[in-house]
Amino acid sequence: MAAKNDKGNNELSLLMDQTVVGRRGIIMPASDVPVQPLPDPGLLRENLDLPEVSQPQVVRYFTQLSQLNYSIDTHFYPLGSCTMKYNPKINDVVAAIPGMSYLHPKTPEKFSQGALKVMYRLQSYLSEVTGMSATSLASMAGAQGELAGVLMIRAYHERNGDSHRKLMLIPDSAHGTNPASAAMGGFAVKAIPSDSNGNMDLGALKELVGSDLAGIMLTLPSTLGLFETDIVEICDVVHKAGGLVYGDGANMNAILGQLKLGDLGFDVVHINLHKTFSTPHGGGGPGAGPVSVAERLVPFLPLPTVVEKVDQDVAQYSLVKSDHSIGRLGAFHGNFGVLIRAYAYIRSLGADGLRQISRDAVINANYLLARLKESYDVSYDRLCMHEVVLSARRQKKNGVRGLDIAKRLLDYGFHAPTMYFPLIVDEALMVEPTESESKETLDAFIDAMLAIATESENIPETVRGAPYSTPVSRLDEAKAAREPDLRWQSR
Amino acid sequence: MQSGSFQHPYIPNTPADREEMLKVIGVSSAEELFRDIPQGYSAPSLDIPQALPEMDLLRELQALGDENRHADQGPFFLGAGAYRHYIPAVVQAIVNRGEFLTAYTPYQPEVSQGTLQAAYEFQTMVGQILDMDVANAGMYDGASSFAEGALMACRIKRRYKVAYLDTVSPDYIDVLKTYTLPQGIEIYPVTANSTNLKRETACIVAQSPNFYGYIEPLENLIETAHSLDALAVIATDPFASVLFRPPGSYGADIVTAEGQPLGVPVSFGGPYVGLFTCKKEYVRQLPGRIVGKTVDSNIRTAYVLTLQTREQHIRREKATSNICTSTALIGLMTTVYSAILGKEGIKEVAQLCYQKSHYAASLIQQIPGYSLPLDGVFFQEFVVECPRSPSEINETLASKGIIGGLDISDRIHNGMLICVTEVNTRVEIEALVQALSDIGK
Repeated sequence: MAAKNDKGNNELSLLMDQTVVGRRGIIMPASDVPVQPLPDPGLLRENLDLPEVSQPQVVRYFTQLSQLNYSIDTHFYPLGSCTMKYNPKINDVVAAIPGMSYLHPKTPEKFSQGALKVMYRLQSYLSEVTGMSATSLASMAGAQGELAGVLMIRAYHERNGDSHRKLMLIPDSAHGTNPASAAMGGFAVKAIPSDSNGNMDLGALKELVGSDLAGIMLTLPSTLGLFETDIVEICDVVHKAGGLVYGDGANMNAILGQLKLGDLGFDVVHINLHKTFSTPHGGGGPGAGPVSVAERLVPFLPLPTVVEKVDQDVAQYSLVKSDHSIGRLGAFHGNFGVLIRAYAYIRSLGADGLRQISRDAVINANYLLARLKESYDVSYDRLCMHEVVLSARRQKKNGVRGLDIAKRLLDYGFHAPTMYFPLIVDEALMVEPTESESKETLDAFIDAMLAIATESENIPETVRGAPYSTPVSRLDEAKAAREPDLRWQSR
Repeated sequence: MQSGSFQHPYIPNTPADREEMLKVIGVSSAEELFRDIPQGYSAPSLDIPQALPEMDLLRELQALGDENRHADQGPFFLGAGAYRHYIPAVVQAIVNRGEFLTAYTPYQPEVSQGTLQAAYEFQTMVGQILDMDVANAGMYDGASSFAEGALMACRIKRRYKVAYLDTVSPDYIDVLKTYTLPQGIEIYPVTANSTNLKRETACIVAQSPNFYGYIEPLENLIETAHSLDALAVIATDPFASVLFRPPGSYGADIVTAEGQPLGVPVSFGGPYVGLFTCKKEYVRQLPGRIVGKTVDSNIRTAYVLTLQTREQHIRREKATSNICTSTALIGLMTTVYSAILGKEGIKEVAQLCYQKSHYAASLIQQIPGYSLPLDGVFFQEFVVECPRSPSEINETLASKGIIGGLDISDRIHNGMLICVTEVNTRVEIEALVQALSDIGK
């Protein structure tokens, strides 16, 4: 698949090792102004080592590197909780329109009305989808949206004279970012156990809520891919104890147009535009994690938000700061290049399209569940939402672990599911097909999973040694951590 | 529209596919799959405009784009944290490759070597440009990177006070407050000449070039910090670090920067990438992703996410940061850009910024009524004290098709922060000078 280097393997030499003195990748124009004197040489830098490579070398190197990746554009990528759906190409085109991509963030508002209008409309759409009162687009990733959310909860309690409310409850199935964000917000964290049905243990919740309760952070559907059937009562218990309800929007792809979290009484929710709203994940970002809030949290929104003022039928858009804003999360207005892609996506789908996304995401996941549950264990015998959590418990008896199955899938030409998450499911394999995949692709994936289940019984050592067909085989991760080699060094 | 009658181009399932799958699942309709949603809450109204065909969508956004006045439409002199530089064609061509653009965080290294090796290149070049031992794989932006630098210093020293220089960008200070105050960290201002700090100060934080564009003389303050066992966290600019002695050379322990100048469009403020570097003894306290070199089971060189025991998915509430998705793709842009510019090209761009901005400043300060109120050495941005309010002056400039500098009269009397980079031509600079001169009369 990838081009091989002179050594006949997939190793591509680092740029510093490709360097030949004198080569260059671009010519900059000569200065067109009279020479200006440089300052005292003591202030100036002497040595700087960077590659010296020609333009074709750079292009070939990075193109060959790219071919070592699996991606949505090349492979089915059923990574649970990550919503790896098709990233429409038109969205990249609109983000690159010069009026948008060359627009400077400090441009006076009267010269950036088009961009502000996009932001204002996206705020409105996200408020509508979540059933909330207002939205800020400032947070630059899901985890930063979480931080914004918990900071708003904190500010709300402080403003009400309840600064002793320092306890954040988080289900034991939650993403690691939830407790990490709560800790960054200055909260103490306690875990709520799950019951045998995969729901939050309501009894345990009732015991944990008290006068120190700040709120609860939960994901709906839960990270088990299941709908929390007691959700109305959970919100009620938390609210009666004086806490607020935080929704992690990671699993929003299951409920677009099917349910509004605001209707259930959620106080704040963050939305991962790089999941539900199809903006490309880029190998680890950029993302965007807008926060939508109920009325009582509007004064605390991170800055800026965009407001519309209509004067004699002309709408004017401007950036404002909420009265008791938790402050700024980044230097400017959020990841606009991501926001405009999400805007384009919502416009492409419309209300009916958004509804259809969730229907098909849920159909696809349940189809996988129905066809795989004979061969793999499922912890909870019920319908799933947009993703299904399988367990390799059965295969483990033959010495084949979830990790091995995940690696073997790579040989079959599929990206692996999310492994070992949620932590409460033994040997978890979390599969999220999304609405982007055709039945033919799902069938091919199912065939591969069934074949691997058979291999796990008959030739377990083959599965344990996988992958075989990828650019590299299993890595020595312990060596990487023990002897950190984090950059090129001259020999 | 009825369920199943809508064939959207992004969704492959046909009504027949759905019917077949629902039969296998054992339910009669898609609605049945949502039966756990409590009664009264399901299928709410959704007030979102109907779907728009691609051609109409493009037209709509082009029209919205036309309502903006972008930075390449005429003489343009805004900077203040986001800088225009020429972006070679190769950069966009590479980052548009779907294999990079549409991959996830590289959790499966066997099928993510492209992203991982590119990140290792990123860490290499960031380390080289900022002249520091180690870099992580990137943060959200320069401001959040700076704030995380202060948090890291507090973790290392187990102290909870941060002294900041008041010449740091006010936007950066705002982000610093958002990140530190909830954790009970006290922040307080100092000057570059301070010879003492409050007890239990974890670090001093500063910016050079500072908000006004000037190289901040930090040697003494860093020495003071070190003498009190505090660290120095310094935000810088990558091109300034190419031309001037970088902060690490005079003792900074953690150096951060906005990576946007390295080949990333200004894009109304994001996405950008925060550069984050430190001395190697602090590597295990770094926030964010880190890529390391190792070998595979056949002893081939390979790259992998490493030192993950610092991170949220393992440490949860005890993690060094909550960062998960960051800005890998923007890191890739800066990497390709740095490779294309190379050792000589990057110095040439830094020199051009210096030469052109100093040319502009030398002409402006000769105009009656205008002056440069600050002493010291600047890189590519400088403050002009205008004869009238900068906002008025900017109005007049705009009417002549020129976007002037940032109005900072809230900090410096009639102050305007002007930025000139290699993309500004002599003709543009002289047009600005002429216009300022006409306004001054």
